[in-house]
Amino acid sequence: SLLNSIGDVCNFVCKLHNFNRTGVASRQHRHESFEQAPIYVAVMTYLGFGIVTLFGYFRDFLRAVGLEKCHLARERDEQKDFVPLYQDFENFYTRNLYMRVRDNWNRPICSLPGPVFDLMERVSDDYNWTFRLTGRTLHNVINVGSYNYLGFAENNADFLKTVADKTRQYGVGVCSTRQEIGNLGIHEELEQLVAKFLGVESSMTFGMGFATNSMNIPAIVGKGCLILSDELNHTSLILGARLSGATIRVFKHNNMHSLEKMLSEAVCSGQPRTHRPWKKILIMVEGIYSMEGSVVRLPEIIALKKKYKAYLYLDEAHSIGAVGASGRGVTELFDVNPADVDVMMGTFTKSFGAAGGYIAGKKKLVDYLRSHSHSAVYASAMSPPVTEQIIRAMKCIMGKDGSTEGIRRVRQLAENTRYFRARLKEMGFIIYGNDDSPVVPILLYMPGKVVAFAREMLERRIGVVVVGFPATPITEARARFCLSAAHTRAMLDQVLHHLNEVGDALCLKFSRKKYSSWSDLSDETDFELGS
Amino acid sequence: MNFKNFTEYLAWLYYQYLLITGIYVLEPWEKSIFNSILFSAIAMVIYTSYVFVPIHLCLTLQLSVMMQNYL
Repeated sequence: SLLNSIGDVCNFVCKLHNFNRTGVASRQHRHESFEQAPIYVAVMTYLGFGIVTLFGYFRDFLRAVGLEKCHLARERDEQKDFVPLYQDFENFYTRNLYMRVRDNWNRPICSLPGPVFDLMERVSDDYNWTFRLTGRTLHNVINVGSYNYLGFAENNADFLKTVADKTRQYGVGVCSTRQEIGNLGIHEELEQLVAKFLGVESSMTFGMGFATNSMNIPAIVGKGCLILSDELNHTSLILGARLSGATIRVFKHNNMHSLEKMLSEAVCSGQPRTHRPWKKILIMVEGIYSMEGSVVRLPEIIALKKKYKAYLYLDEAHSIGAVGASGRGVTELFDVNPADVDVMMGTFTKSFGAAGGYIAGKKKLVDYLRSHSHSAVYASAMSPPVTEQIIRAMKCIMGKDGSTEGIRRVRQLAENTRYFRARLKEMGFIIYGNDDSPVVPILLYMPGKVVAFAREMLERRIGVVVVGFPATPITEARARFCLSAAHTRAMLDQVLHHLNEVGDALCLKFSRKKYSSWSDLSDETDFELGS
Repeated sequence: MNFKNFTEYLAWLYYQYLLITGIYVLEPWEKSIFNSILFSAIAMVIYTSYVFVPIHLCLTLQLSVMMQNYL
């Protein structure tokens, strides 16, 4: 009877929690969770890494003694007394851990990366030191790893008609930089379209997304400026910040207290030794962090930026086109005026099925970048078919091509995201990130399980991306699922069914929380879609 | 998960052991080395406890009886 009453109380609390999550809070119900696994999981992860590291030392000893052939580069005999080249931890890790399991990465694909794709079968006879292709193709493997959020990676001849026409008109290579003679009419059209899409004054596009960050941040900030960058920023942002020569301080991920403390300390104390005021303070954040699936707290950052008179650089590589009611990114998700963000950056690789990046903002900023950015002055301009692909994808999302295909895709992606996340939580996996983000990392923790998971899923014709130590913290290896508007409900159900089986076979369901089932959630009013 | 027989269940348990200790990624001869080291360590522990634990228990009991008498 006591247990029954405890059960009743728990049920009541669960229902209350559920109600608050979906009913009352309306648009502010965004729920981000970073659940911690039980402590034995961390112990076992360290144990696994420790044992494999010991065997790594053993194999290195065998190679040094000469009992085993060394397949990797090593110094010549005459150079054995010089400073060692291959002794650092990164080389040790590559030789002894990565090489053993590298059949799970760099898999050759022989079709377009749509919702399903074809893989070439690849086997290794000497434990992954060399590979050979057997000649067989694995057809119709479900693709949950490509950044194909709105499904624009397609080869439908009707949709690509304008791209083919522009290729005939302009050719494929531009053979010059934007500044010299590579400024085509189609580039100007794209830039105006991007500016209208985002709701800003002006924008500029570049041929490569990584180079957009790393080559433009040095043009905006320099010595004597302060960059406050989030803990989990992408390498391109970190590289750009380091190249600029500004002082970099890192604040804890999405933690507004940490950011405010750093801002107030920077404004009060100024530059390190001279105590002169900083020339500029730039806060660098991303819209969606691709390894965690978490979304930036934009309204709070904008309030802080206005209070302390800092500038904001928002990198929307994963969030443009993928979040927001009409695909405009995090500014639309949080209902924020785009003019409040000083520098909006994004890439066309993820949601638009093309390549390249853009920087958008006030006209003065963009005009300055046209002549001062390394990427604008020295890098080759964007290729015409790629430019036209972005133009047609953007027109589709905005509805300018006269159909509702774009808005249907944005809604389908939101629907897929909610469904997939809710079902995964219900099954008992630990998922990181915001409920709205189409990037879903499932935590796997142990190195053996990471490898077994990737191989098992490939056996079942599902291609997943698993990420391990250098890209994530050592105890938090994960499998990252990128959902797409092109995935049908049947495909998602198939993936979930196999995930359930593999999760049971490998004991991956570490979550200790109880979630209500998907059918309960879908009974609540759908206030997000169609409102 | 449904196991058709006990052998399959044991095979699944062995698979879990391979995954948890990280042995799964090693080559077969390395797996054999690790398994033999672990097995011999466990065998030594079992043998030592079989030989010494009863004697230790007896001595502890005698000691506690002596302490009782003394007090």
